[in-house]
Amino acid sequence: MTTATTALPLDVERIRADFPILGREVNGRRLVYLDSGNTSQKPRQVIEAVREHFERHNANVARSVHTLGTEATAAYEGARAKVARFINATSAEEVVFTKNATEAINLVAYAMLAASVDRGGAVDPRFRLGPGDEVVITEMEHHSNIVPWQLLCERTGATLRWFGLTDDGRLDESTLDDLVNPRTKLVSMVLVSNILGTANDVSRIAARVREVGALLMLDGSQAVPHRPVDVGALDADFLAFTGHKMLGPTGIGVLWGRGELLAAMPPVLGGGSMIETVTMERSTFAPPPARFEAGTPPIAEAVGLGAAVDYLTAVGMESIAAYEKELAGYALERLHAVPGLRIIGPDTTVGRGATISFALAGVHPHDVGQILDAEGVQVRVGHHCARPTCVRYGVPATTRVSLYLYNTTEEIDALVAALEKVRGVFG
Amino acid sequence: MDIDQLYQDIILDHYRQPRGRGLREPYDVQVRHVNPTCGDEVDLRVRVVDGKITDISYEGMGCSISQASTSVAHELLTGRTVTEALSTVERFQEMVGSRGQVQPDESVLEDAVAFAGVAKYPARVKCALLGWMAFKDAVVQAQALVGGNDE
Repeated sequence: MTTATTALPLDVERIRADFPILGREVNGRRLVYLDSGNTSQKPRQVIEAVREHFERHNANVARSVHTLGTEATAAYEGARAKVARFINATSAEEVVFTKNATEAINLVAYAMLAASVDRGGAVDPRFRLGPGDEVVITEMEHHSNIVPWQLLCERTGATLRWFGLTDDGRLDESTLDDLVNPRTKLVSMVLVSNILGTANDVSRIAARVREVGALLMLDGSQAVPHRPVDVGALDADFLAFTGHKMLGPTGIGVLWGRGELLAAMPPVLGGGSMIETVTMERSTFAPPPARFEAGTPPIAEAVGLGAAVDYLTAVGMESIAAYEKELAGYALERLHAVPGLRIIGPDTTVGRGATISFALAGVHPHDVGQILDAEGVQVRVGHHCARPTCVRYGVPATTRVSLYLYNTTEEIDALVAALEKVRGVFG
Repeated sequence: MDIDQLYQDIILDHYRQPRGRGLREPYDVQVRHVNPTCGDEVDLRVRVVDGKITDISYEGMGCSISQASTSVAHELLTGRTVTEALSTVERFQEMVGSRGQVQPDESVLEDAVAFAGVAKYPARVKCALLGWMAFKDAVVQAQALVGGNDE
């Protein structure tokens, strides 16, 4: 278990020097990248690690006796071990590499579907769903944590239920005991909302999940890159997150699962590397994590993610979280002063990350984003793959600023100045 | 490119004061078109009498480009024959999809040439086309109805 660590102040200028892209211009202006919730930029250390892998160690993993294959396997498994330590997993075998967080969530959903249609009878009942069973999500989920469960429920006859939200952008837990009940098989929810920035305290829900004997899956896509996440302390069963939002490459994601659960979970994709023995009639399967990694995995991407984890660890997750909290406070204060601007989500730095969505009266977010882009400011506009959340707050879309360890208060000033230009065009 | 070339006065004017907005009776066909990536929506009705577009009415939500272009479509295409209207839609589509390579014909497109700047912003082309594609879809469906009735 991690002990309380002191957060060292973060040297943002030194960090910025590690990110080559931050030196470029956009539309003749200095790049102001405020879209890390969409994908983060990559430090030289990650870019170099991927390059060096291809230049010096490239080979397939887990099947070669030659030197390059051994080196590539060591690098791939080394990355797994780094990720495991980063989230305080019990062992590296609890870390399954996937394509992204979406695939990690779908992997669990499809394993449950496989268990639900299995005719063998030897399936762990925790994964089996049918009419009368319930899956619980929340109204602040990304589509990737809604659609897989809708499909699973439609296909098994189970019922999908969800937590609502309060007007100030928090999870409404008043219905907890009704929503999570003995019929519940799984609760899947986000740690930090990608649109509202809300950071959920999952402790009460986790306790209730244990009480009723259900499973708890957490979407950590917007949490793991930004704050210390300890799977043991969270008392979760599964955690999904993605590499590219935490300084790593695209094409690599993670499903962490409790060892005992992964060992009981049926395979989803069949193919090479995931088997024990194959005959023409049937196959037996490798233990996790290999059971869930059919085919050649994203090797260089895993190596890059390992380098990203090293980078974040060296800076310190406590320091990153503290710095982002400062930035979020500054951004909220500056945005408050913009006439006609309404924050969609928690309006304080308490219990939130550094992702801030807002609406500007009379101007559609697409137009906001276009004019900000002309000023070099890169933000995301739209429904952020969380349309039900937009509907809940009565907006078709929002403009979203998502900050990371390399952002500065000057960049927030540039954002606010660019918002003045928006008001100039549409005023 | 200067952002003012995208946000021309004609566009801002149609955005602030949309022409012919609101769903009206009578109509032959109603369609709903959405941009799934950004959530822009338009509900659009057409009325075709004797091969002529007698009304285009619509409701929608979205960015200035999508809402203004639908308003311009209403103004430009109402009163045209189906053939003329569909050919104008084609010219408009060519203009915004050309990455700035096609010189727009102002005698055909009139106010719609204000959207020529959109061609330089590939991410916004689908915004400009939303209402126009809804119109084309509705007219083609209305034509099929007429064909069906005649036989």
